[in-house]
Amino acid sequence: MSFPILTATAVLPAVGAIATAAVPAARRTAAKWTALLFSLGTLVLAGVVLARFEPGGDRYQLTESHAWIADFGVRYELGVDGIGVVMVALTALLIPFVIAAGWNDADPLEAGSRRWRPTQGFFALILMVEAMVILSFEATDVFLFYILFEAMLIPMYFLIGGFGDRAHAGTEEHAAAQRSYAAVKFLLYNLVGGLIMLAAVIGLYVVAGSFSLSEIAAARASGELEMATTTERLLFLGFFFAFAVKAPLWPLHTWLPNAMGEATAPVAVLITAVVDKVGTFAMLRFCLQLFPEASQWATPVIVVLALVSIVYGALLAVGQRDIKRLVAYASVSHFGFIVLGIFVMTSQGQSGATLYMVNHGLSTAALMLVAGFLISRRGSRLIADYGGVQKVAPVLAGTFLIGGLATLSLPGLAPFVSEFLVLVGTFSVYPVAGIVATTGIVLAALYTLVLYQRTMTGPVKEELRAMPDLKARELAVVAPLIALLLFLGVFPKPVTEIVNPAVEHTMSDVQKQDPRPEVEAAK
Amino acid sequence: MSATAVHSLWTTAAEVEPIGSIPAPHIEYAQLAPVLIVVGAALVGILVEAFVPRRARYHTQLFLTVVALAAAFAAVVGLAAGGYATTKAQIAAMGAIAVDGPALFLQGTILLASVVAVFTFAERRLDPAGDGGRVDSFAAMAAAVPGSDQEKAAVKAGFTTTEVFPISLFAVAGMLVFPAANDLLTLFIALEVFSLPLYLLCALARRKRLLSQEAAVKYFLLGAFSSAFMLFGIALLYGYAGSVSYARIAEVVDGSVRTIDPALADTMGNDALLLVGGALLLMGLLFKVGAVPFHMWTPDVYQGAPTPVTGFMAAATKIAAFGALLRLLYVVLPGLAWDWRPVMWGVAVVTMLGGAIVAITQTDVKRLLAYSSIAHAGFILAGVIAMRPEGISSVLFYLLAYSFVTIGAFAVVTLVRDAGGEATHLSKWAGLGRRSPLVAAVFAVFLLAFAGIPLTSGFTGKFAVFKAAAEGGAGALVVVGVISSAIAAFFYIRVIVLMFFSEPKPEGPTVAVPSPLTMTTIGVGVAVTLVLGVAPQYFLDLAGQAGVFVR
Repeated sequence: MSFPILTATAVLPAVGAIATAAVPAARRTAAKWTALLFSLGTLVLAGVVLARFEPGGDRYQLTESHAWIADFGVRYELGVDGIGVVMVALTALLIPFVIAAGWNDADPLEAGSRRWRPTQGFFALILMVEAMVILSFEATDVFLFYILFEAMLIPMYFLIGGFGDRAHAGTEEHAAAQRSYAAVKFLLYNLVGGLIMLAAVIGLYVVAGSFSLSEIAAARASGELEMATTTERLLFLGFFFAFAVKAPLWPLHTWLPNAMGEATAPVAVLITAVVDKVGTFAMLRFCLQLFPEASQWATPVIVVLALVSIVYGALLAVGQRDIKRLVAYASVSHFGFIVLGIFVMTSQGQSGATLYMVNHGLSTAALMLVAGFLISRRGSRLIADYGGVQKVAPVLAGTFLIGGLATLSLPGLAPFVSEFLVLVGTFSVYPVAGIVATTGIVLAALYTLVLYQRTMTGPVKEELRAMPDLKARELAVVAPLIALLLFLGVFPKPVTEIVNPAVEHTMSDVQKQDPRPEVEAAK
Repeated sequence: MSATAVHSLWTTAAEVEPIGSIPAPHIEYAQLAPVLIVVGAALVGILVEAFVPRRARYHTQLFLTVVALAAAFAAVVGLAAGGYATTKAQIAAMGAIAVDGPALFLQGTILLASVVAVFTFAERRLDPAGDGGRVDSFAAMAAAVPGSDQEKAAVKAGFTTTEVFPISLFAVAGMLVFPAANDLLTLFIALEVFSLPLYLLCALARRKRLLSQEAAVKYFLLGAFSSAFMLFGIALLYGYAGSVSYARIAEVVDGSVRTIDPALADTMGNDALLLVGGALLLMGLLFKVGAVPFHMWTPDVYQGAPTPVTGFMAAATKIAAFGALLRLLYVVLPGLAWDWRPVMWGVAVVTMLGGAIVAITQTDVKRLLAYSSIAHAGFILAGVIAMRPEGISSVLFYLLAYSFVTIGAFAVVTLVRDAGGEATHLSKWAGLGRRSPLVAAVFAVFLLAFAGIPLTSGFTGKFAVFKAAAEGGAGALVVVGVISSAIAAFFYIRVIVLMFFSEPKPEGPTVAVPSPLTMTTIGVGVAVTLVLGVAPQYFLDLAGQAGVFVR
C-alpha cells in the first residue's frame, strides 16, 4: 500500500494543532513557531500532492479507501480531482500567511489564569480549521464530507468569537457583545444550512443506498439508479442551501460582513479565502455530480441569485464606512461571480470559477491582510479615520493598492483572467446575465478606488503622522502574495492545465456541451 | 351442567384439586442473574445500614454497590456471549421476563450508566467538610424538617445518608426488569419498583431542601397519576385480550386467536377497549420518557433533585422507559401500527419542537438540560416510529450515547459552586472558560454532543435514528427533526458563548476539585462521547445484533 499522502495533508496540521495547544502558557513565541512550521510542512505535502497529480490521468487520483462505519454505509474515501488538488494547494498556501499575519493578534492583553492560553488556542484552532478544510476538499464520501463541513464550524466559531479585532469603536464590553453576536450568527446560519443538508444526506442514502460519490455517480450514469424528478430536486435543494449559506450567496450572506468585521484580519481571510471556498467547491463536486438534472432545472434561479449577489454586494461595498465590512461585501460580489461561473454550465465558466476561487483567495488575502496591518496601526476600522497614508507609509499604501487592483480585476493581475473566463462563459449562453455581471466590475472599480483615495491619498491626518511602514514580517507576508498575483495574471496556464480536465468531467456529468460559436454566413 | 350455564356474573366451580399439585413456578435463575444480583445487593445494603457502624457504612455501601453493578454487568455480558441476545433468546420466569437482544443491551447500558452515576452519588469532596468528616450531596437526615434543630444537629454531627446506595440499587433492579418485562403486570411492578426509590432520592438534596422535597412531591403525585392511568390501561387490555401476556395480546390483536375466555365474553375483542387501553398504557410510558404533553414534571424534578440523582434519573429512566415502549409497540401492538403511528408522529413532533423551543428561555442550567432531554426524547421517538429493525438498533444506540453525555453533563454541573451550593443559574457560568478552561471545555464537548455536532456521539445517534425514520417512510419527521436540532443548537451554543466569550464576574462561582470518583464519571462521559462519535462501528454492530425482540 502506498503512502496515504492525502490523509497526511490533513493529519499533519491536526497534529500541529495539538502540538501548538500543548505548548506551555508562558512560551507563546514557541507556540507561534510550532504552528508556522506545521503549516509550512503541510504546504510541502500539498506541493507533493500537486506534483504527483497527473492532469490527464484518472478523474480521482491518489485515492484512499477504508471501511469506517459500515452500518451507515460510510467509508473513509479520499481522492482529488483537478479542482480539489488546486483547492488543497491554495489552502495549504494561504495558512502560513494567515499565521504569520496574525503573529501578535492573540497575545493576551492582561495575565489571565495560569491555564488560560489564548495564543496557543488561536494558532491551534487555525491549524484545526486547515486540517478539516483540506480533508473536505479531498473527501469523496458524502457522509465524510458532511461531517467535516459541520465540524469545521466549531473551531471557526471560537476563532471569531474568542479573538476579536482590537480596533473597535466603543467599550470593550460592547465589542465583546458584537463579537459574540457575529460568532453566533455565523454558527447558526451555517448550522441551519448544514442541518438541512443532513436531511438531504439521509434522503440521498435512502434513495441511493450509498454515500460514495463515485458509486452514486456511476450508478446514475449507467441508469441503474433512477431518482424521481421531485426527489432529485428536493435533495439538490437541501445540498445547495447549505453550500449557498457557506459560499455565501444573496440572500443568505448576511453573516459574512458581521463575521469578517468582528474577526481579526487573518481570521477574516481564513473565512472568506479558505472556508467559504468549501461551499463553492461543494457545488461543483456534489450538486452538479449527484444531481445533474436538478442542477440544470435550478440554473435560471441560481444565475439570477448570483447576479443579485454580484450587484448587491458591490453596491453595498460602495456604501461601507468600515474597511473590513467593505472587503466582506466585495467578497459577496465575488462569490456571486464564482457561483455564476459554476451554474452557467459552460467549460469556460467552470474553469473560470475554479480559477476565480484561487485568485479570489490570493487577492482577498493580500487586500485584507494589508488592511489588517493598517487597522492595527491606527486602531480604527473606519475609512473616515484615515487619509494620506501613502505619504507616511508608501510601501503599505503600494501593497494595498495592488491588493485593491487585484480585487477589481485589473488586467495583468490574476483575478482578471478568471473574471474574464466567467464572463465569456456567461455571454455564450446568457448574454443578458453577462451584461448585468459586467456592472459588477464597474462597481468594483468604484469601491476599491474610492477606498484607496479616501484612506491613502490627500492630506495626512494628524494621528497618522508617526505611522510606521510595513515591518519585515508584514512584508514577508504580502510580497509572496503579490508575486503570485502577478505571476498567475500573466501565466495562468499551470492552474488551468490542472483544472480543465476536471471541468470536462463535470460538464459531461451534466451532459452539457459548450455552445458552438455561431458565425454569420458571409453573403 | 351445560355450557349455557356460564354466566357473566358467576361460573361453575371446577373440581377441587388437592393442594399438593400446584406446580412450583419454574424460574431460570441464570438468565435472571443480573436482576437477582442487584436485588440481592440492595437487600444486603439494607442490612448494612442496620448493622454496620456509621463510619464504615459509606465505604461498605459504595463497595457493595459498585461490585453488585459490575457483577450484574458481567452476568449480562455472559448471557449475551452465551447467545441469549440472538439465537437463544427466550422467555423466562413463566412468561414474565424476556431475555433477548434489546433487553440485554439495555440492561447492560443501564448498569454501566448506573456505575458512573453511583460514582457521583459517592462524591464527598464538593461540599465543605463538617465536624464529622466529609459529606456528600444528600441530606444529613432526610426525616428532619428543613431548618429544624434536629437537622442542624445532624449536619453538625456530619451524618450522611448512605441509604441512597441500596435505594438506588432497588431503582436499578426495577429498571432492569422494565424493558425486559413480558407481561403487563411485570411491567407495572417494575415501574413501581424503580419509581418509588426515585421519588425518594429526589427528596434527599443536602442544599435547597425545600425545593428538593417539592420536586419529589410533584414527581410522586404526577407519577402516581400516570401509574394509575397505566394500570387502568392494563385492566382494559386484559378485558380485551383475556391475558396480560404480551404474546397473547399480540395474537388477539392480530386476530389469530379465536377462542374466547367465557368469563370475558362480553368484552373480548372489543376494539374500543384495545384502543383506550393501549392509549392509557402508552400515556404511562410517555410520562416516564418525558414526552410532550406528559413532560410537565421534568423541569421541576430535574431542577429540584440532587444533581447526581438528576443525572442518574435522566439517563437510566429514559433507557428503561424507551426499552419498555419499544417492546410494547413492536411486540404487543404491531398489529395496531396504523392506529398508533399517527399519534406517535404527533407526539414526536411536539416533543422535538416543544422541548427545543421552551429550552431557549431557560436561565437555569439544570432546567435547560431538562428541556433538552425532552427534545432528545422526541428524537428517539422518531426512531421508534420507524417500525423497522434499524429503528430498534438506532434507538438502542441513541440511548447508549445519550446516557453517558447526560450523566457527564450533570456531573460537571455539580462542580460549579458558590456559597449556596451548586451555582446553577446560567448568569453565574459567565466566563467559566477563562477561570477553568478544562471544565468549560469538557462541558462544551457535552453540549456539542447534545447539539449533535459531527464527531460526537450525539451526531452518530441522531443520524442513526433519522436514517431509520427516513427509511421507515417518515421523511417529514426527519425534516422536523433537523429544524428542531437547529433550534436546540441555539441554546447549547448560547451556553458556550457565555462560558467562553463573556467576562467572568468577580463574585462568580468557583470550580471545586472533585475526587477521582467524579473525575472518572466525567472522563468516561467524554471518552464515550468521542469514541461513539469517531469510531462507532463496534457499538452500532452490537446494537444491530441486539435489535430483535423475542415474543
